[in-house]
Amino acid sequence: MWSDVTQRAAAAPKTSDVPQRKATTVTGFLQIDKLSKAYVPAKPVFADVSFTLDKGEFVCIIGHSGCGKTTILNVLAGLDTATSGNVIMDGREVAGPSLDRGVVFQSHALMPWLTVRQNIAFAVKSRWPEWKAVPVDAHVEKFVALVGLSPAIDKKPSQLSGGMKQRVGIARAFSIQPKMLLLDEPFGALDALTRGTIQDELMAIVRQTQQTVFMITHDVDEAILLADRILLMSNGNETPEGYRPGGIAEVVVNPLPRERTRTSLHHLDGYYPLRNHIVDFLVTRAKAH
Amino acid sequence: MSASKNLNVRAGLLSVLIFLALLGIWYIATASSGTANSTAGMTAEQIEYAKMMGKDPGAPKSGGFPTLGAMGSTVWSHLSNPFYDNGPNDKGIAIQLAHSLGRVALGFGLACLVAIPLGFIIGMSPLLRRAFDPFIQVLKPISPLAWMPLALYTIKDSSISGIFVIFICSVWPMLVNTAFGVASVKREWLNVSATLQVNPLRKAFLVILPAAAPTILTGMRISMGIAWLVIVAAEMLVGGTGIGYFVWNEWNNLSLTNVIFAILVIGVVGMLLDLAFGQLQKVVTYVE
Repeated sequence: MWSDVTQRAAAAPKTSDVPQRKATTVTGFLQIDKLSKAYVPAKPVFADVSFTLDKGEFVCIIGHSGCGKTTILNVLAGLDTATSGNVIMDGREVAGPSLDRGVVFQSHALMPWLTVRQNIAFAVKSRWPEWKAVPVDAHVEKFVALVGLSPAIDKKPSQLSGGMKQRVGIARAFSIQPKMLLLDEPFGALDALTRGTIQDELMAIVRQTQQTVFMITHDVDEAILLADRILLMSNGNETPEGYRPGGIAEVVVNPLPRERTRTSLHHLDGYYPLRNHIVDFLVTRAKAH
Repeated sequence: MSASKNLNVRAGLLSVLIFLALLGIWYIATASSGTANSTAGMTAEQIEYAKMMGKDPGAPKSGGFPTLGAMGSTVWSHLSNPFYDNGPNDKGIAIQLAHSLGRVALGFGLACLVAIPLGFIIGMSPLLRRAFDPFIQVLKPISPLAWMPLALYTIKDSSISGIFVIFICSVWPMLVNTAFGVASVKREWLNVSATLQVNPLRKAFLVILPAAAPTILTGMRISMGIAWLVIVAAEMLVGGTGIGYFVWNEWNNLSLTNVIFAILVIGVVGMLLDLAFGQLQKVVTYVE
């Protein structure tokens, strides 16, 4: 119903592989091609992971712990290397970390000895080393205001709540104006209320900046609210026929209108079937029992 | 706030009381000894014999533990004129202290210059960490004074040998702590600087250094403590100047009041040094 690439098995025949890759080279802004990661050579955590992201697209990946979501994101960020396969962004192979890809870490990863202003200024100065203090400061203040933290700009992270810290992390990622954003379960550690507000803020900023986003989440509603497409990932498991590595089992296209809000989301037509489909996947198909 | 202030006041009062009690015990313990000896009940021959044996019963007894009064006047005489210099064996306490502190500062400073950069490199490279580990493990437990003969033989200068001994004892805690601090910088901060493509020098000074600073300063504080312990012993060996030499010299003079005074001064200066490093530590410590 929502699937454009229904099963991983569909990508298996070698003959159809080559032309398919050529086709995606033209359209995709970010192409992930046959990625795999193996800590034990015979049993890769995931294998044959291929997908593309278009410019301005918001894609969520959802799956159980241990299926390799974070590894995929780290490979995209250039912080980790895949065992095989490659990642191409904007026509160039991703071979290491780059300012072109902003990352929001699960654990906010702010430097505790710097204030909010200094934390973001550190990123801004890394992006534009030639900038003088005044433009750097103006830029920092603009992005702090974007996440509504202007009153707390000169506070240290230890004086902020979890939600505020994560907002700073988001502001830092946006401040370098990357070509795309990678978010590693940024709201995982937040309570439901805070999470909701920041989701709204994130969505507003993304819509406003036309940012391309790849995000990991555990939260089905979060994925439905934010994502244009949702990648469902399965864990590696032992089947009677042998070990089956994890991978992208299904790609779900979000049919809901793009101008959706968190408060009215569950009233939209098609919300419940979509949600049930994803939950069914997570409960029955994603993991071996 | 007021509760903690109240606690501080009470603790201060108790400290003063303990101090007074210690002084009181000292006073009582030494007060009686002065009058204990007399010539009563001795014949002239017996007195003469005692004098010949070096035990003059008539003379005021001076060899015992000093009284509180004697101690007080010694302290006063030293503190009232700390900068006099009457030749090699008679210098004011401030001059002796300055010599010791100068040696410690030089040895400790050199140790900082070696240990912190080296610790940085060892901490960043697992290969070097493993390669250096056996050397550090063997060299660290060696008493710094064991290096003294070797230092005297090779350097041929007692003062520089003293500085070398301070250097060698200060190096290890700083080296180990710096390497540990640098190696345990949180992965996430390194990931942030990686994704921001921060150049290595900027990363070293703006990310790793502040992240490891509290650990590095702990190492420096430990080193300073050890250096101050060792300088006294080193100066006793090499002689010439310094608070350690002063202690040894006054022991040879059998002037216990001076020895006790020197001990107190060593304690107070050591405490001040530790407090100074404690303050520095506060500056670089961050709350996560």
